[in-house]
Amino acid sequence: MFLINCPYCGERDQSEFSCGGEAHIVRPKQPTELSDDQWAEYLFMRKNIKGIQFERWNHAHGCRKWFNMVRDTSNDKIYAVYKMGEKSPIE
Amino acid sequence: MIKYRVNKTKHVDQTKTVSFDFDGKSYHGFDGDTLASALLSNGVHLVGRSFKYHRPRGIMSSGSEEPNAICQINENTDLTEPNVRATEIELYEGLKASSQNCWPSVNFDIGGINNFISPFIPAGFYYKTFMWPKNFWKKIYEPLIRWSAGLGKSPTKPDPELYDHKHVHCDVLIIGGGISGIIASKIASKNNLKTILIEDKNILGGSTIFQKNENYKINNKYSGEWIDEEIAELKKLDNLTIKTRTSLAAYHSYNYLLAKENISDHLPLDKRNGDIRQRLWKIRADKVIVATGAIERPLVFNNNDRPGIMLANSVKKYLDFYGVSCGFNNVIFTNNDSAYETAVSLKEKGISVEIIDIRKKSNSKIVKNAEKLGVKIYWNSTVVNTFGHRKINSIEIMNLSEDGSNIVGDKNKINCDCLAVSGGWTPMVHMHTQSGGKLDFRENDQTFIPTEIDENHINVGSCNGDFELEEIINNTNKKVKNFLKVSETEFDNTSVLNSKELDKRNIWLLPNYISEGKCKSFIDFQNDSTAKDIKLALREGFKSIEHVKRYTTTGMATDQGKLSNMHALGIIADTAGVKMGTLGTTTFRPPFTPLTFGSIVGRSVGKFFDIIRKTSIHEWHSQNNAKFENVGQWKRPWYYPVNDEGLHDAVQRESKAARDSAGILDASTLGKIDIQGTDSSEFLNRVYTNAWSKLGIGKCRYGLMLNEDGMVYDDGVTTRLGENHYLMTTTTGGAANVLSKLEDYLQTEWPELDVYLTSVTDHYSTASICGPNSKKILTKIFPDKDFSDEAFPHMSYQNAKIDEINCRIMRISFTGELSYEINIESKYGKSLWEKCIEVGKEFKITPYGTETMHLLRAEKGFIIVGQDTDGTMTPIDLQMDWIVSKKKYDFIGKRSLYRSDTIREDRKQLVGLLTDDPNEVLEEGAQIVSDINKKPIEMIGHVTSSYFSPNLNKSIALAVVKSGKKMNGQKLIVPMENKKINVIVSDTVFLDKENKRINA
Repeated sequence: MFLINCPYCGERDQSEFSCGGEAHIVRPKQPTELSDDQWAEYLFMRKNIKGIQFERWNHAHGCRKWFNMVRDTSNDKIYAVYKMGEKSPIE
Repeated sequence: MIKYRVNKTKHVDQTKTVSFDFDGKSYHGFDGDTLASALLSNGVHLVGRSFKYHRPRGIMSSGSEEPNAICQINENTDLTEPNVRATEIELYEGLKASSQNCWPSVNFDIGGINNFISPFIPAGFYYKTFMWPKNFWKKIYEPLIRWSAGLGKSPTKPDPELYDHKHVHCDVLIIGGGISGIIASKIASKNNLKTILIEDKNILGGSTIFQKNENYKINNKYSGEWIDEEIAELKKLDNLTIKTRTSLAAYHSYNYLLAKENISDHLPLDKRNGDIRQRLWKIRADKVIVATGAIERPLVFNNNDRPGIMLANSVKKYLDFYGVSCGFNNVIFTNNDSAYETAVSLKEKGISVEIIDIRKKSNSKIVKNAEKLGVKIYWNSTVVNTFGHRKINSIEIMNLSEDGSNIVGDKNKINCDCLAVSGGWTPMVHMHTQSGGKLDFRENDQTFIPTEIDENHINVGSCNGDFELEEIINNTNKKVKNFLKVSETEFDNTSVLNSKELDKRNIWLLPNYISEGKCKSFIDFQNDSTAKDIKLALREGFKSIEHVKRYTTTGMATDQGKLSNMHALGIIADTAGVKMGTLGTTTFRPPFTPLTFGSIVGRSVGKFFDIIRKTSIHEWHSQNNAKFENVGQWKRPWYYPVNDEGLHDAVQRESKAARDSAGILDASTLGKIDIQGTDSSEFLNRVYTNAWSKLGIGKCRYGLMLNEDGMVYDDGVTTRLGENHYLMTTTTGGAANVLSKLEDYLQTEWPELDVYLTSVTDHYSTASICGPNSKKILTKIFPDKDFSDEAFPHMSYQNAKIDEINCRIMRISFTGELSYEINIESKYGKSLWEKCIEVGKEFKITPYGTETMHLLRAEKGFIIVGQDTDGTMTPIDLQMDWIVSKKKYDFIGKRSLYRSDTIREDRKQLVGLLTDDPNEVLEEGAQIVSDINKKPIEMIGHVTSSYFSPNLNKSIALAVVKSGKKMNGQKLIVPMENKKINVIVSDTVFLDKENKRINA
């Protein structure tokens, strides 16, 4: 059970949050101009890596804000949390 | 009767007699006993039968690692519990316990025949045997396996006891109240840290507390005396919470731990007073110190499982802690020095003991001590066989060869009534590995020890591989100081005297003169897996320890391999000729010891199991005989039976009334989202498939929402309340998810939009009135209002007042009838409803529930998202092309509507179905086929909604069928178990295609 540092509320138990999958996948601005393959890339393709992963999280039972998290999936270490639209402090 | 209680100790009060029953026979023990110590004091060793071979088994240990002495307690009561370890349960007056896995009794067990046919039931026996003949499976094999599977009996009645959960935070959590846990607790709490110490026994002190040996002294006191004084001081410390009878169940990441406290399990049933039985502590600790100690290992030799064969340190504990001698003619079989402490204790009390040691020598102080007391020691020897059916009576020993791989010389028979074995010690690294920690293998004593990886967690004491008193005290002190950043402690200059072990020898599987195939050398006692089984698994090609474990079931019993895993690994390593450290271990998963379901669920039982949501009109529904159905967490009126009407009759009556005169529905549960902001129209354009910019203020519009994959997600009517103000309705079940999804898009994809969303589902109650007389009823409720079609057309909204209370009236329809929805602040919901009923009386207004609502909308061909759709339906599949804007540049899911998969013409599409026999009602979910003769029969679709329509006087159904759009008028078949139903594909709208009723 993680202890997550919500960028708006501070440290809270994981049970207050829900994970929204891989971060930094931007919805195409002009979907109609994409081929089936390009659209499928956006729609379906998600990474599931062992190691450092960038994820979207939502403080669902709290401020309801979405934010990003850098987590090592092999040991659940959280390296950073940052607001939507901000650049990741870790490359 | 022989008196096994030979010793007076302060831990058992021999003035307080406690009577209890075991297997229907009455016995006496004393206050302070466990069930196991009380049984042993009565000379009872045989307490159970093993799982597979039904071999007689006795008490083996004194703690949570016990594989044999597991009992059913309080059988035939509500409180009965299986698989209780006799070594852990504290004795109380009136306790009733019985053996498991034996029939008819533990002394004579028919299943014991398995022991004689054991050559035919090796590892993997189930997988190999029950394959053929095929028709034996259902009638013979399955019932037989089910009868013999499982240990003990589950309670059949609801658990009458109360369980609790508690959340706590602390600076330091210490797991284990033995010597290192006590040192750590003292250092932590004396340095102003909020500390919690948990211990699974009822007292602190671990195995040091019964230590009174001149070779082990701390500050010139017996270590047992020293620790008594430490405990007394500990109890005076302010910021230390000591929780005894509390066992750690799980160690999760970020120092989140679960511990189960037994509150009333040790009390007689009549003294429990309905108090909480167990409490699950949910602890978030800044730092965790694990001091869980070590478990003694058995040795693996032929017939090493007879009652009377026990762990050496447990024999010592029964003697020095409980005052019970497990035998009067003891033999100790060991590979290390620690068992000599048991020998010294026995000898000092005048009890006969001899030692068989696989080592060639040992010159430590404790060994010399034993020799001086006259204990006979057989060096370089091993036990090769044991005898005695229900209890051990003798053993055979032989000398070991130089390298220990074989035996030499003659057999020597020794009589005994207790064989105390010790194969060394295994650190309890469960907690460390559960938290994500890794292990290193230490060659010299063949142990896995923790490697520290986390700055907020350390292991101290023997769970860290420190087995000698001096190491334990000094290393614990040093590690805790570093960990908590403390510069000095009272333990800095502790003088410790202990015997040092210098000679070690380990043989995982002891050699024998009997051929390997005929030896019963048990590794997992409860599951009866032997060394032979492990070797068989290796021969059959299993290599991974995880696979060998599952194939042989080693380590899969209720003790989860606490005694067996190391030997299994050792034998695999020896057989395969690899280094043990390279094999890794099986995964240690929580819980460490079994948890009750009660403690897991806590108070969340019965009506607290889930939230129940009721509308403000709920009371009226109850009083008017409504039957309710669950829709998400909501209770919605399902139908309102009159007199003894059933569902069908009530729904037929309600449906007819709604079309003939007037019906009223509580629609309060529909999700409602208030949308405000200057970009609200643009926002709706992006989330719905149709266009919203031109919707006038005061108008309503139906919208369909897709997922990005183009599949229908939700639907509902949205009303424009003002220039920048909308009220969206969603399906009842989808409300929360729709809000979350919209918030997600707003926050992450379109942060530039000025839009604010608020859930107002609970703020408003809604009465929906439909039917040809609804306009008249509304006119009576709101006499000042003009309800003419010109002033108040279909799909529009107006504000109104009832007495001084503001309402919103929407003229919208989900039934195809003329229909109005009145929204009012929830606190007035019931009075609004009662007013509608009162005013509607002259028009025979009929309250209807969800079932009638479903029927009415199906007559009109309106879909229900989640019933007629299942996450694979596009609007095109639903024949709702009209709602998909061709002009809009983008909306959620638009691009997906012309992917190669979504434009396929043979997708399943929504159609109507009419049965040839108008009285035949299809079953929802039934499969649909077109050609019943062509095998295999192709299922081309299924029925999604089906009703008997009282208004059309025939059966109607909606279905999804491959290429259904092109099939209008085509005959299909719905095959059922006993018949084939002929149907014809129709339009989805069955009633009033011209919309005359809505505009009536």
